[in-house]
Amino acid sequence: MVNVNPQVIIQTINLNCFYGRMQALTNLNIEVYKNEILGIIGPANSGKTTFLRALNRLNYLNPTYSQKGAVIFDNQNADDIPDDMLRKRIGIIFALPQTLPTSIFQNVAYGPKVHGIKKKSELQGIVESALKKAYLWDEVKDRLDMPAPRLSGGQQQRLCIARTLAVEPEVILYDEPCSGLDPISTAKVEDAMGELKSDYTQILVTNNTKQAARVSDRTAFFLMGEMVEIGLTNTIFTTPQDKRTDDYVTGRFG
Amino acid sequence: MNFARVREKIAFILLGATMLIIVLPILLIIWYIVSNGAGAVTWEFITQPPRNGMKQGGIMPAIVGTIILITGTMAFSLPLGILSAIYLVEYAKDNFFTRLIKLSIVNLSGIPSIVYGLFGFTLFVVYCKFGASILAGALTLAIMSLPVIITATKEALEAVPQSFREISLSLGATKWQTIRNCVLPYAIPGILTGTVLSLSRAAGETAPILFTVAAFYLPRLPHSLFDQVMAMPYHLYVISTQVPNMPLKLSFATGFVLIMVVFLMNLVSIVLRAHFRKKKQW
Repeated sequence: MVNVNPQVIIQTINLNCFYGRMQALTNLNIEVYKNEILGIIGPANSGKTTFLRALNRLNYLNPTYSQKGAVIFDNQNADDIPDDMLRKRIGIIFALPQTLPTSIFQNVAYGPKVHGIKKKSELQGIVESALKKAYLWDEVKDRLDMPAPRLSGGQQQRLCIARTLAVEPEVILYDEPCSGLDPISTAKVEDAMGELKSDYTQILVTNNTKQAARVSDRTAFFLMGEMVEIGLTNTIFTTPQDKRTDDYVTGRFG
Repeated sequence: MNFARVREKIAFILLGATMLIIVLPILLIIWYIVSNGAGAVTWEFITQPPRNGMKQGGIMPAIVGTIILITGTMAFSLPLGILSAIYLVEYAKDNFFTRLIKLSIVNLSGIPSIVYGLFGFTLFVVYCKFGASILAGALTLAIMSLPVIITATKEALEAVPQSFREISLSLGATKWQTIRNCVLPYAIPGILTGTVLSLSRAAGETAPILFTVAAFYLPRLPHSLFDQVMAMPYHLYVISTQVPNMPLKLSFATGFVLIMVVFLMNLVSIVLRAHFRKKKQW
């Protein structure tokens, strides 16, 4: 499950993140390995989402945001990669299913289109394979022209995954992707994540510790803007080093 | 005893009465103009130039002049207004300078139209040496309609959910691609509403064209942008105040045609809006 000699794809060095004067992340040093699923757990306001959005610089959409330290992606300082190129390589799935108010097809084809693919036949191929990888193809193949917002919540979330896959990223970030979904939809999203493991590095932020235990290879525990502990998922959930981690995963926290 | 229900009734009557007070004058004005003027609107009236000291013939040059002026106004104010609103909403940082600009725009919409007329006269007619011309008049009207177009566009852009931008950017689209594909299409109905409102007002203004373009009597049609034209609001003003023994129904007929032109513009915008709304599916 875990490489003997894992290849680091993302690394942060003394990453500090601020919204105005409020510090959201403190001295974060973390390494993400290629093709792993890294789970991030922790209570609200622990900096999980800030960490995720720091990786593809989405935090900068908030005008008060600033950061210190470095994010290294693929041996390159992320600050030196243009935003659009970085975000093409590091895709994100938001907490609530965020579809564009157009058809299913147009939602998935949007990314490839902005990256210059115009041929209809080529787009059709990309859309089909992305929807298949996201386990949605069979449910929507006969109604690709239907407005995407009419899909159910779980279908919309898998559509979002398909939309991200269509631009062929290297890393996929999930920001509590199942927070609004029922258990069956959640299982489908988790299945999709498992299938994607061979081709993508995935980082999963979740409020649901059981979900992290189910799908992630390694798990990190964040608390109040600091990473308390990171390790193999099994270790974190059975024999954590830090008492706070133990309290959190066993539900004694707070 | 049911106070809640009584209050509900009072509120309903009060709000309904307010509605009536607003709608009634509009209906009365339209009825008054139509009943007095519609009879004089003949084919000759809208296709012939005025004759015999403007007491006979039609107002064709004024209709054409107004349409030309509106087209010219649109040509300047639409791109300028929409692009600057895009800049303000999507690009400008929230700092003192930006806030100053926004404040100025709000204040500009409160300036009386005669002031715009004098400004246009000084800048375009005299300083730029355009003379009294279509160019000077259209530019003056464009400046006058800019604040409303900018404000309406700004509001339409701000009403587009932030999540659309996030989706697009997160897929690696550039900022402009995002605006072009995920923001503007959903803002167009709102932009149209504001724009047409502003242009309708420009179509009916007399003061800004008084010194910059409007001709008292010019039966031929313009040959270039540097010609003067007649325009309906000014023509209406002239025949109502400057020409003795003017048949009243001609004034009303002119007003009727002006209202019809504005109404047609609104109709076009309603059709366009319906077309763009079909795309919006949330």
